[in-house]
Amino acid sequence: MTAKCWDKLARNRAERLARAQTLVRGRLVAANDIVALFEALIEPGDRVCIEGNNQKQADFLARSLVKTDPAKLRDLHLVQSVLALPEHIDLIERGQVSRIDFSFSGPQAARLARLVEAKKITIGAIHTYLELFGRYFVDLTPRVALIAAHSADREGNLYTGPNTEDTPAIVEATAFKGGIVIAQVNEIVDKLPRVDIPADWVNYVVEAPTPNHIEPLFTRDPAQITEIQVLMGMIAIKGLYAEYGIKRLNHGIGFDTAAIELLLPTYAAELGLKGKICTHWALNPHPTLIPAIEAGFVESVHCFGSEVGMERYTAARPDIFFIGADGSMRSNRAFSQAAGHYACDLFIGSTLQIDLQANSSTATLDRIAGFGGAPNMGADARGRRHASPAWLRAGREGRGEIAMPRGQKLVVQIVETFREHMQPTFVERLDAWELATTASMELPPVMIYGEDLTHIITEEGIANLLLCRSPAEREQAIRGVAGYTPVGMARDTAMVENLRDRGIIRRAEDLGIRKCEATRDLLAARSIKELVLASEGLYDPPGQFRNW
Amino acid sequence: MTRPDNSVIGRLNNMEKFTLSLQSQPQQRHCITLCGVVSSGNLEVLVEKTQHPDSCEFEISTSALGFRDIWQAVLKDFAARHAAGGLKFSINDAGATPAVVSLRLDQAVEICSREVT
Repeated sequence: MTAKCWDKLARNRAERLARAQTLVRGRLVAANDIVALFEALIEPGDRVCIEGNNQKQADFLARSLVKTDPAKLRDLHLVQSVLALPEHIDLIERGQVSRIDFSFSGPQAARLARLVEAKKITIGAIHTYLELFGRYFVDLTPRVALIAAHSADREGNLYTGPNTEDTPAIVEATAFKGGIVIAQVNEIVDKLPRVDIPADWVNYVVEAPTPNHIEPLFTRDPAQITEIQVLMGMIAIKGLYAEYGIKRLNHGIGFDTAAIELLLPTYAAELGLKGKICTHWALNPHPTLIPAIEAGFVESVHCFGSEVGMERYTAARPDIFFIGADGSMRSNRAFSQAAGHYACDLFIGSTLQIDLQANSSTATLDRIAGFGGAPNMGADARGRRHASPAWLRAGREGRGEIAMPRGQKLVVQIVETFREHMQPTFVERLDAWELATTASMELPPVMIYGEDLTHIITEEGIANLLLCRSPAEREQAIRGVAGYTPVGMARDTAMVENLRDRGIIRRAEDLGIRKCEATRDLLAARSIKELVLASEGLYDPPGQFRNW
Repeated sequence: MTRPDNSVIGRLNNMEKFTLSLQSQPQQRHCITLCGVVSSGNLEVLVEKTQHPDSCEFEISTSALGFRDIWQAVLKDFAARHAAGGLKFSINDAGATPAVVSLRLDQAVEICSREVT
């Protein structure tokens, strides 16, 4: 009987590292040897993660992977959060990648849709971030992880700094399951500010010819916030945040939520809500949160990632942000996603379409954009076991008088009834259904399921879906805030008025909101420059946001 | 998420003009007000007094063609929501969404009644 081998992964890793021996000096690799290194290390069929978070990108490693020989590096299975770089899609077009599992494709959504339609690629699944990280530790562990760090020392320790993002989750899964970790860094230094990833989890380090790309994805210029968004922000603050006493929350990305952030030091303060709402956040360092922080509204913010230009500001506010002994922020997407799911009472975000069951989706027919993290935040955390006043009240409203008390997370969509080009946000049927058919998906790509959604805010007011007692009531509550879209015009007027009498639909006037006050003057900052001033010059916006 | 662009509803060079008269409760306090600016991609509303206390009149000049039924629905709800009888609203629309139209009209009436009190 032959002895069973229990360390095939480690043996295989040792063989691969041996093949690379002539190309490396300790853990260091020269930039012009990186293509040869990939060809020596990576085997056909490997699961590969090219670190692409929604901000930081291992762009040099991605560019180099595209230069490898397609005869040697083929049938790769990409397992990564984001397919954001053209090179990610180039690899598919070159026939080197046969399968992808991912979360978000952002700018490459249209190209990806065409390749799926042409059957050039198989999508395993489109995940949320937490799901994909979860699968890294179950059945989608990367064999090779190509990651990005700010700097390395000569032993191979890494400093990821404010943009730590997904790196710890990727490296931990890969390094501890026989995989290989290759890091691109902006510079190699004698001493790091702090160690974010220890050297013995890292196999190789290469100094990239150019610093890694970071996208300022969470910057919203206050100059572009409309008065309708101001009005919806007032409705959110007075009709929802104040009503439930929302202290722990997460905001989705967009101008609607940016407006709320900029109304905290003005409108919410006038309502006497300072210290009563919005004190603790799972949120990227949004520049539009600066005035609320400076006004003393905010006690704590944990970040998924950083934001370009916010490094000095976050470092100078260590009581608010999570700051290392070296003085710079550390983010962590996996932890912040878990915090957003379990530790927050409210998620509020925008979407492109909402149907009459309150399902919402950002999918459109010609784009496979994915989810990112919104579904993890925008879902009731059914495993939650700690109470808070907001959570308990939502539970009472939604579940009625049941024997076993239980709370519910507030999950809110804030949308205008019409999007650009008079496209109605409210629809009878989501485009996601058709996309699921054309792209052979097992599930229509729904961002937030109707059963998780508790409120819809539009310029027409708030619909409280928790209080609806039948699917028919729910449908009319949605139609009742759908304004002059076809879905809204088809409302049952008597039923909608009944819902309004019962407080299930509340319009601005029902909340005592004066529309005359809904002007841009109510925003705590009306331009990027005013954000810089509010930050005492600590916020350093990227060039594309500077117009002075 | 991209921001809804209020300035475009299929803007064309030519304008559509129409008038509408709807029943409304008489408004007691009258003044003239100008609310909103067309140059910001929004719309302009001018409110004037008329001789007919039981109806409110609208004169609409819009760059968005083919949305007359939505205009009528927006204005019908507005006339029912407010005591706007005896007032005439001249609206200059540069392709605003119904949301903007309603907000501007509500603001015009609010300012109108506030200034006199």
